[in-house]
Amino acid sequence: MKDPELLYLVGGVVAVLLLATLITRLLIHKGGETPVLVNLRQRVNAWWWMMLVFSLSLALGRGGVFGFYAILSFLALREFITLAPTPRGDHRTLTWVFFLILPVHYLFAWAPWYGMFLIWIPVYAFVFIPIRSALAGDTDRFLERTSRIQWGVLTCVYFLSHLPMLLYLPIRGYEGQNAKLLFFVVLVTQISDVMQYVFGKMFGKHPVAPKVSPSKTREGLLFGGAAATLIGTGLWWATPFSPPVAALMSALLVMAGFFGGLVMSAVKRSLGAKDWGRGIPGHGGVLDRLDSLLFAGPLFFHITGYYFGTHMAASHAQPEWMKAALRLWMGD
Amino acid sequence: MTGTALAFLVRLATGVRLLPEVPEDGKRRVYYANHSSHLDFMVIWAALPARRRTRTRPVAAAEYWEKGPLRRWLAGRVFRAVLIPRELARMRAEDPLGKMLAALDEGADLIVFPEGTRSESGELAAFKPGLHHLATKRPDAELVPVFLENLSRILPKGELLPLPLMGQAVFGDPLPGPAGDESRSDFLTRAREQLITLSHGHLPSALHEGS
Repeated sequence: MKDPELLYLVGGVVAVLLLATLITRLLIHKGGETPVLVNLRQRVNAWWWMMLVFSLSLALGRGGVFGFYAILSFLALREFITLAPTPRGDHRTLTWVFFLILPVHYLFAWAPWYGMFLIWIPVYAFVFIPIRSALAGDTDRFLERTSRIQWGVLTCVYFLSHLPMLLYLPIRGYEGQNAKLLFFVVLVTQISDVMQYVFGKMFGKHPVAPKVSPSKTREGLLFGGAAATLIGTGLWWATPFSPPVAALMSALLVMAGFFGGLVMSAVKRSLGAKDWGRGIPGHGGVLDRLDSLLFAGPLFFHITGYYFGTHMAASHAQPEWMKAALRLWMGD
Repeated sequence: MTGTALAFLVRLATGVRLLPEVPEDGKRRVYYANHSSHLDFMVIWAALPARRRTRTRPVAAAEYWEKGPLRRWLAGRVFRAVLIPRELARMRAEDPLGKMLAALDEGADLIVFPEGTRSESGELAAFKPGLHHLATKRPDAELVPVFLENLSRILPKGELLPLPLMGQAVFGDPLPGPAGDESRSDFLTRAREQLITLSHGHLPSALHEGS
């Protein structure tokens, strides 16, 4: 964390959290320990911890960041598969998914071996998963079971891993500062969640999809989204964007975050649950916090890449050791 | 030390929560649970608060736990399991109940699986009479039902590698012992139904539909 601007970002979040803690204390002092306020305190406390771990991973450099997201993917997939009722026939398939497909994907991402990062899951893993399940011999609801595992791996591992991949996005004039871009994405998406929740509680009348998520309202999306977009625009100095582009990218993050949350909520409800888990006090499971980042990560990564005309495929096609090995092999 | 570390690892791997420490009431307990995985007793054992855990002994099959030095060390030193040789019990060459009663009398709590063996399908099989014997011979011991969720998905019968899914151990209120005129089968049915109620519909019953 040699970049002073990154420290400003962290400092800003710490200041906001201090304010939130203070306000929560005051409210509890006045109104007593009502369930809503106790939940608020739990949430704010959890935010401190999440902020701490997230900043710590950034301070540890690339290895720290990729390790952190690999663990997050593991925990998210664990919650996903726990709720999705997989029968005995999927046991071995899932063993491969958790202990081989997931870590190898993050190795390709960290290397970076961009080509393999892109296709390891949608091609190799998606071919392997149905094969292994077919070999186990259970044909009962085969398509449903296979899709369930594939969807879990796609969202919890593949989509999520695009966030640390932002560190490698080659942007001219922004070299060595990509950690701020990752911070920007996570900050705007999460603030958008908080703002939509707050504005939804204050003015929310018309739920967008009442069956899927009664707490996601049009008013919350409009006002909360606008507030998050304003905050994102105000942070343009930390990004490679000009202020208007920062506004557009913040709006993209708001929308992607909203729909990521909405879709994961629908998945959760189709599995008959209210929360993904109980890992984070006040919030639910790890996936309840990550859901808005699942769609935002890959969309932001690719759209930013196109905008700057960067060539990930050319600059990170293969890791250096792989090129060296090929040269040795070809005698060139 | 080993026990505390192992209990922590088991909780970390299975997502089972540690029970809060409760004031000591001096009562001995017999935990009884549904059985579908080798992890089952470890999970109950790991969920108990440290002071209760150190005096809780699982009742397990000797054939499995006496095989190999690691299992022997775990069963003997870490869990201090009450090992029942299945074959001998079947031939009535050794009194399995006597060993359990002796352990209770030495002040231990027990973990038992009244179905007798691990269920292949995750359904709850009929209970063996041992639980009734324990309840009548030691009426002052509390019978605590424990519903174990998802353990059969984490490590099913016949699999070597556990999946990192989240399980749960739900401890119920103590089951009142057999009433004066209650028959053995009525008591066992009641104990079994208590466990099914505790599962909130997550425990398919092999005997009664929809109970």
